[in-house]
Amino acid sequence: MTAFTKKKSLLFWLFLAPVIGWLGLLIIIPHIDLLIMSLKAENDMGDLVWSTANYMEFFREPIYWVTFVRTALYSVITTVVTLMISFPIAFYIAKVASNKLRGAYVILLLLPFWVSELVRVYGWMILLRESGVLNFFLLKLGIITTPIEMLYNDATMIMGLVYSSMLFMVVPLISVMESLDDSLVEASFDLGGGVISTTWNIIIPHAKPGITSGCIVVFMLSLGNYLTPNLMGGKNSLWFTEQIYNQFIASFNWNQGAAFGFLLLLLSSLIIWFGLKVTKQTLGKVVA
Amino acid sequence: MKKAILLALMMVLSFTFSAHAGETFNLLTWKGYAPTELIKKFEAETGYTVKVTYSNNEEMIAKLRATRGAGFDLAQPSQDRISSVQKKYSIYQPMDYSQIKSALFIPSMLNAVKRNTAVENNSYAVPFCWGTSGLIVNTAKAPGATDYTALISEKYKGRVSYRLKRPTLIAMAFAMGKDPFALYGSPTEYKKLMNKVADELIKAKPIVKNYWTNGDALLQSMRSGEVTVAMAWDNGGWKLHAENKDIDFIAPASGALGWIDTFAIPAKAKNTKAAYAWINFIMRPENAAMFTNKEKYATAAVGVAKFLDKAVADNFSRSFSEDTIDNIKWYPPVPAHIEAIEGKLLDKIKAAN
Amino acid sequence: MNIDLSAKDIVKKFGALTAVNNISFDVPKGSFFSILGPSGCGKTTLLRMIAGFDHPTSGSLKICGRDMLGIAPNKRPVNLVFQHLALFPMMNVSENIAFGLHRRGVDKQTIQKKVHEILERVGLPEYANKRIDQLSGGQKQRIAIARCLVLDPTVLLLDEPLGALDLKLREQMKVELKKLQSEVGTTFIYITHDQSEALVMSDSVAVMQNGVFEQIASPRELYAEPATSFVASFVGDNNTWSATVSGIENDCIAVETDSNLHFKTRSKDNVSIGQKVDLFLRPEAIVINPHDVSGLNLLQVTVKAVLFDGANSRLLTVTKAGRELTVSLPQNRQYDYIQKGDRISLGWSPESGICFKREE
Repeated sequence: MTAFTKKKSLLFWLFLAPVIGWLGLLIIIPHIDLLIMSLKAENDMGDLVWSTANYMEFFREPIYWVTFVRTALYSVITTVVTLMISFPIAFYIAKVASNKLRGAYVILLLLPFWVSELVRVYGWMILLRESGVLNFFLLKLGIITTPIEMLYNDATMIMGLVYSSMLFMVVPLISVMESLDDSLVEASFDLGGGVISTTWNIIIPHAKPGITSGCIVVFMLSLGNYLTPNLMGGKNSLWFTEQIYNQFIASFNWNQGAAFGFLLLLLSSLIIWFGLKVTKQTLGKVVA
Repeated sequence: MKKAILLALMMVLSFTFSAHAGETFNLLTWKGYAPTELIKKFEAETGYTVKVTYSNNEEMIAKLRATRGAGFDLAQPSQDRISSVQKKYSIYQPMDYSQIKSALFIPSMLNAVKRNTAVENNSYAVPFCWGTSGLIVNTAKAPGATDYTALISEKYKGRVSYRLKRPTLIAMAFAMGKDPFALYGSPTEYKKLMNKVADELIKAKPIVKNYWTNGDALLQSMRSGEVTVAMAWDNGGWKLHAENKDIDFIAPASGALGWIDTFAIPAKAKNTKAAYAWINFIMRPENAAMFTNKEKYATAAVGVAKFLDKAVADNFSRSFSEDTIDNIKWYPPVPAHIEAIEGKLLDKIKAAN
Repeated sequence: MNIDLSAKDIVKKFGALTAVNNISFDVPKGSFFSILGPSGCGKTTLLRMIAGFDHPTSGSLKICGRDMLGIAPNKRPVNLVFQHLALFPMMNVSENIAFGLHRRGVDKQTIQKKVHEILERVGLPEYANKRIDQLSGGQKQRIAIARCLVLDPTVLLLDEPLGALDLKLREQMKVELKKLQSEVGTTFIYITHDQSEALVMSDSVAVMQNGVFEQIASPRELYAEPATSFVASFVGDNNTWSATVSGIENDCIAVETDSNLHFKTRSKDNVSIGQKVDLFLRPEAIVINPHDVSGLNLLQVTVKAVLFDGANSRLLTVTKAGRELTVSLPQNRQYDYIQKGDRISLGWSPESGICFKREE
């Protein structure tokens, strides 16, 4: 009996070891290192000492927190737009499309993700630039007389972000909608509900866990995106990740960069926590 | 069949005869600094396998700092970015000049680099190539762009591009009639000057089309006419000139910014032997000329002239008169703290609306 | 008589398959109308067309004289109780019931009052704030019906709503449903494959097979006078023989079964001598060891088993030729003496049997 339980617990630890090792080596230890780094700053003598100066700098210097607020706000907008576009698409794929087509649609959605993000973004740039494909056709068709620069503005950047994060919204939505009993929708119509009231009262409450997990993923991806804002947003779109990059690479101030990294982690967690509170959900439910 | 066997035999022989068969040589460098032809030639001569990683000054330093100077056998930072970085992070090892064939280098340039990269009693680099930053201008579409001020001129609104990096700040300072290099010694004065430069660049934000980050993408924009005035490296302008005579590199009136890129050996390099071999290999006149012919950068090697294409030689004389050569502002070594000042201002410019 | 629902020549095709084939029927106001048929007979399709979820390929459908074609489900004066009830799990009981009223824009106080009334009516006044997953099967059932009835539909459609309940509850709900219907007076159209549900509750039953109605009649008539052999075999229990017509009298025919038994019986169809027929005989129409044998068909059998089931007890008997025959065993203690292995005689009146032409 005891031998058996001993063996069992040994087996348990044996299986758990790689997970713990992975977590420890690749996540926890580097983060502790970064945390220590973020809490050190140079004093006037040029020596590294313990200090919260790096964190204070974020709040003291408007460029930093304004950039963060901007990044967070745009990520929220991206999330909302992604949700609004993905919701009907997911509903169509999960509920309307025939079984045969369903797989094809999902593959179509997956297709852009077989190339790297860089290639995807350059694809958009080729389409939208002043000498790009879209301008070429608009000129040919006589709709415009001088080419329009469609890149390097916030709308284009958000479109790019939406494009690169749509899959991560559509997939959880499809899976949650597949579990929706068709007769619930029919019952709603039968009882006098229209498209809007059925969506609002039946489909959205049912899809809530999928919506929340999709939103969290898309929000985090947008917040942590570097390429798309940088390349498509152009000159006016400083993204917070770029600031972290600049601290590490251009200013050689790793301590400041680490502090920014932790602030990003902290503040984004806070935003998600707040979002869950507002929609009266718990993370456990969403993940389960 | 016989031929195939012979070929296989030769391959086996060539491997066994190569002194360093199977050893890898890790090179951390800029795009274009290690042409494929030269790599193949080097591999055939020495038996090393060359692995190249492309980077830029900032990332090179960050990479080596992260590993405390491990992972690469040879790096190619600019000469002005070595001494202060070395003082702070010790990511390089002293160059053993006895292993270098000094006869291959232009003596004045070799000495300048030795002097500029000296920390305490050691020096850390030898020169590889040099060039300038200035303006690439489409003279047909943007006549009259002769100085950095063109980058902030209403005249070229929406047709201007530059990197949002420190050379742009320094160039604008020169264009304002100041000498930022003279202020390297006093950070407060330097900061004041740079604040003014940043204000100018923020004011001129509607003028600029984009801040370029990728050289090939910039050249593409210039080819298509989307961009007519850009601040960039001379070789890019010369490459475009070969395709379109309207586009050329122009040394700005307030002075082109001269840089020298070097070879420096990371502190924990595993294969220093290969590093020295590569330096001595690529600086051979015929190899250096091959690099210059392809990438248009001038090299620090002597005796290259007879191997150069005429068009390449012409580039330099077309863009640089005697006066403008004298007017080139060579980057002195960057002291500590300067980068932090610039970094913050660059963020400020990017964030401004 | 007011007709609530009138269907005429309804056809529904799914590609090559004809699910509903030219069906016409009228449902009078306030009646309990059942559609009885095996699964796949097209009854659910028919119901979904009435509810508005499917559209007939041809034919017309009127509710209270109003043409329903092209009218969306949410605009029809009918409500459907779904097979699996389809209660909204994201709402509590009162929210479920109030859903339809909200859609109609009824004011809050009226809604509250109506929800309370209907909950009393279905006997669950305390359950307004319960979550759906806190209800038992029977309670869910009643809430699903309440949710529809609160809207005062002209016609209430029910799609095998008792299917998921256990037997005992089902028996109880049958009675309750019938009671409820007579109380509220709403027209019910009830779909089921369970003949007992249809017979117990309905004023009128339509037996459906392969997309057509075989017979529409009252439960009693359906049982006593089946119009087709399908109805005879599907509704109630029957003993079945294959037989050949050997003689024709006034209102009687003589048949000889495959196992060479000779009977006199009735025929629904016009037959001639030599016609192959199916003979149906209800177990309760058979008399055990009859005293008065005049005019009865008689046969000798051996008791193979006594199947005691209270009021529903039967004898399983077997003829000399090895044919099994089920016989009702009235529980008035009169036949307590019968044991397994006993030889007994059976008699039945020619009026009790019924013949249909054999469809080849």
